[in-house]
Amino acid sequence: MSITSYNGSALIAMVGKNCFAIASDRRLGVQFQTIATDFQRIFEIHETLYVGLSGLATDVQTMYQRLKFRHKLYNLREERNMRPETFASLVSAMLYEKRFGPYFCEPIIAGLNEDGTPFICTTDLIGAKQLSKDFVVSGTASESLYGACESMYKPDLEPEELFETISQALLSSVDRDCISGWGGIVHVVSADQVITRTLKGRMD
Amino acid sequence: MGDSQYSFSLTTFSPSGKLVQIEYALTAVGAGQTSLGIKASNGVVIATEKKLPSILVDENSVHKIQLITPNIGVAYSGMGPDSRVLVRKSRKQAQQYKRLYHEPIPLSQLVRETAAVMQEFTQSGGVRPFGVSLLVAGFDDNGPQLYQVDPSGSYFSWKASAIGKNVSNAKTFLEKRYTDDMELEDAIHTAILTLKEGFEGQISGKNIEIGIVDASRKFRVLTPAEVDDYLAEVE
Repeated sequence: MSITSYNGSALIAMVGKNCFAIASDRRLGVQFQTIATDFQRIFEIHETLYVGLSGLATDVQTMYQRLKFRHKLYNLREERNMRPETFASLVSAMLYEKRFGPYFCEPIIAGLNEDGTPFICTTDLIGAKQLSKDFVVSGTASESLYGACESMYKPDLEPEELFETISQALLSSVDRDCISGWGGIVHVVSADQVITRTLKGRMD
Repeated sequence: MGDSQYSFSLTTFSPSGKLVQIEYALTAVGAGQTSLGIKASNGVVIATEKKLPSILVDENSVHKIQLITPNIGVAYSGMGPDSRVLVRKSRKQAQQYKRLYHEPIPLSQLVRETAAVMQEFTQSGGVRPFGVSLLVAGFDDNGPQLYQVDPSGSYFSWKASAIGKNVSNAKTFLEKRYTDDMELEDAIHTAILTLKEGFEGQISGKNIEIGIVDASRKFRVLTPAEVDDYLAEVE
C-alpha cells in the first residue's frame, strides 16, 4: 500500500483560448472502502487562480489551509492578488521546506495572468515545478489521464469545447482506476466568468 | 527637564510620551551629511554629500549610495556603519523574497521590512536605535518611488525630501522647485542645485554622489566624470 494511493484522486487542468479548465473526481476512500462522494480537491485562491491537490486527503486539506493563509497575508501586505507564477513558486517553496518529511500531495495550479493568458503547472510532492502549455494531470489515475489528455487535447479550444474535452478525459480515465471516480467537478475559468459543473459518470 | 531622567533606558517612555533615545538618534541624523531625493515622472534621483575627513582618503573606495537590488538603491544621513548593517539586512530580505516568489521585491515591501528591523531596535533589550535615516529609491511595477525611513522605524513616501544637515533650507528649496511632471534630467539638475545651496567649499564630482533609476529599472551610481558633466550644465 502506498501512502499516495490511500485515498485515491484524479485531477486535470487544461489550457484553452484565454481560459482554463480544472477538473477533479469526487471520491474519498479509505483504500477500497468509499467514504464520501463529494470530496473537494479544487480550491479557489482568488477569482482567477485555482489550486487542485491530489494525494493523501489530510495533506490536501492542510496544504489548502496553509496556502490560503499565505495568500491572505500576501493580499493584506501587498494590496494585490498573487500572480499564478508567483503562487506556483510559493507552493514549490512550501513543499520543499518539508523535503525530508513531505506532504503527500501533488498540486496542480491553474490561473489567468493579468493579460488574460492562462497558466498551468504542477509540482511533485517535494516541489519540483513542471510548467506546461497544454495540460497537467495528477492523482492515482495519472497514467490513464496522461493518455486521455494526449489524445483528446487540442489547442485554443473555446470554454464550451474545453469543458467537453476535459470532462471526457477525466471520466474515461477514472473508469480505469478503481480508487478514483464517483463523478466529477469541472471549473471553466475565463477573464469575466467561472462556470462550475458537476459530472455524473459511472458512480462506482 | 524631567525628560533627561528617562533618557538612559531606551525602552522607557518619558513623562512627555517620548522615547528619548529615538530623539537623540534623530539628532545624530541631523548632524550627518546632507542627502536628498527627488521623484520624477520617469525615474528617481538620490544624492548625498561625500565630505571625506582628509584629502588623503581614497575617494574611489567610499560608496555612500549603495544598491539593494538591481532596481533599488539607498542613500543615508547619519552613522555610516549603521547604514551598512541595514543595507546588508535589506539585501538579504530582498533575496529571501526572490527565492520564495521568484519575483523582485516591490519597493514598498522592502521598505516595510527594513523599517520593521529599525523598529525592533527601539523595543529590544541591550540594543540602541540605528543612527541613520535612509532614502530608498527604486522603480518597480508601481513606477518610480522614493521612501524615507527614520530611526524610529516610521517610513514615508516622498515626492522630494532631504535629510541630515541643512534640511530645512534644502526642503524649502525643493518645495519651490518641485513640479509633478518633472523629468529625470530636470530632477538631477534640481538635486545638484539643492545640494549646492548648503555646500561648504567647492562642489565637484569627487565630493558628492548621485544615484539614479529610470524606466530601465537599473539603479546606478553616476561616475565622478558624469557628475562633473551635470555640474557643468548647472553652471
